[in-house]
Formats: sequence, C-alpha cells, structure tokens
Amino acid sequence: MGNGTSIGRVRGLGSAKAGSHHWLIIRYTAIGSLLLTVWFGVSLLLLPNFSYPAVHEWLSRPVPATLAALFVLINIWHARLGIQVVIEDYVHEDANKFASIALLNLVTFAAGAFGLFCVIRLALGGA
Amino acid sequence: MAQASPSRNRPLSPHLQIWRWGPGMLSSILHRVSGVGATVGIFVALWWLGALVSGADAYAIFAKHASAWYGVVVLVGVSWAVIAHTITGIRHFVLDIGAGYELTRNNFWATVCTLLGFVLTAAFWAALLLR
Repeated sequence: MGNGTSIGRVRGLGSAKAGSHHWLIIRYTAIGSLLLTVWFGVSLLLLPNFSYPAVHEWLSRPVPATLAALFVLINIWHARLGIQVVIEDYVHEDANKFASIALLNLVTFAAGAFGLFCVIRLALGGA
Repeated sequence: MAQASPSRNRPLSPHLQIWRWGPGMLSSILHRVSGVGATVGIFVALWWLGALVSGADAYAIFAKHASAWYGVVVLVGVSWAVIAHTITGIRHFVLDIGAGYELTRNNFWATVCTLLGFVLTAAFWAALLLR
C-alpha cells in the first residue's frame, strides 16, 4: 500500500473482481433450487404420512433419492452464497469477516457431505 | 494513507431508520430474513435425513421434537421462510431483467409477493393437515 503515487493510493480499493460471478451463480443455483423445492413440497404433500416406513420407502426409490441428493446440494450451495452476502454486509472487521467466511466454508462442506452420505446410504439400502 | 479500514469512520449510507417504509423495502428485507430462515431449514432437513438413516429409534426422537410445540413453531417458520423466499426470489428474477421498476407496479408486486408468502404457507399447512 503506497502513499506516493496516485495509483499506489487507490490500488486495492476497487471491486474484488469476483462480484458478478458470485451474482450469476446465485441466480443459476436459484433456478435449480426453485425446481427442486417445488418437487420437495409436492412430494411432502403426496406422502401418505410422515412415519418412518413411509418416508424411508419414498427416499429409497431411485428417482426421489437422486432428486433429494440434488435438492440438498443445490440448496446448501445457494445458501452458502447468500449467507456470504449477509456476512459481508454486517461483519466489517477484516479478521472477523475472514473467520466467518472460513467457518461458513467448513459448515458448507460438512453439511453437503453429510446430506449426500445420508441420501446414498438410504438409497443403497445400508439403513 | 489510503486504507479501507472501518476505523476511519467512512460515511455510511442512510440505513433503515432513515427511510419511509414501502412495500419494496419490506419485500427486500423479508427476502433476506427468509433466506436466513431457509438456511436454518436445511439443517432441520439434514437432521430429518440423518434420523431416517440412523433408524426407527432416532427417527422417533426427531418426530417427538418435530411434533412438540417448539418443533411446530420451527417447522411453520421454516416453511414460511422457504415459500416466501421462493416467491420474492421469483420477484427478483423479474427485477433482474429490468422489468417492474415503475413505482405503482413495483409497489403492487412487492405487496402481492409479501402477502403470497403468508397465504401459500397457510395453504401448504392446510393441505398437509386436511389430506
């Protein structure tokens, strides 16, 4: 960070150059999320009840299992991008912001791995 | 010394308490609130999924909490968050293509989308409970 030349004073103060990509990915994941959320909502309404056998039978079938895996992943991805925006808006201290984003990334991957593991285990008859 | 640091007390844009409330503002704020609420919903769904994989006993524990009064509060809240965020999200798609910024039209759709979030949540639970 220089204080001699004009360019030195402004360097690093512009946009982070990744904003439009982030903005677009939020929209792309929103499209997938919209379709899968409608599927999920309708499926809940079509289930005979929420007993263990009924839900287990539903999510063990190939197509619901595939859609459930996509549902979990796309929504975690979309939520990760959205929560990042919230963090960047309200957490101003650099160190806290870095820690928050790092924690967000850890939770994102943990949640995604857990969700995917559960769906696959259910579909392949392990549980 | 040019440094982007909060300690320099750079001017902030006027915030919530400055502006007169309007439908677009309410819709925008609820979009963020419901987005965070829907994120909470992901973890409820993961618990549900985890309980399902862990077996009937674990599922019974989840069902006990989900049907308790606090569980119902969370589930109703989460269902509103998902439905409202979906509706205001569709509103954002329309705004993203540059449409719907005329004052009366913007106010109208912001109001409709906000109300629709509550109406569809009520309809969802009615369909669920009356089936």
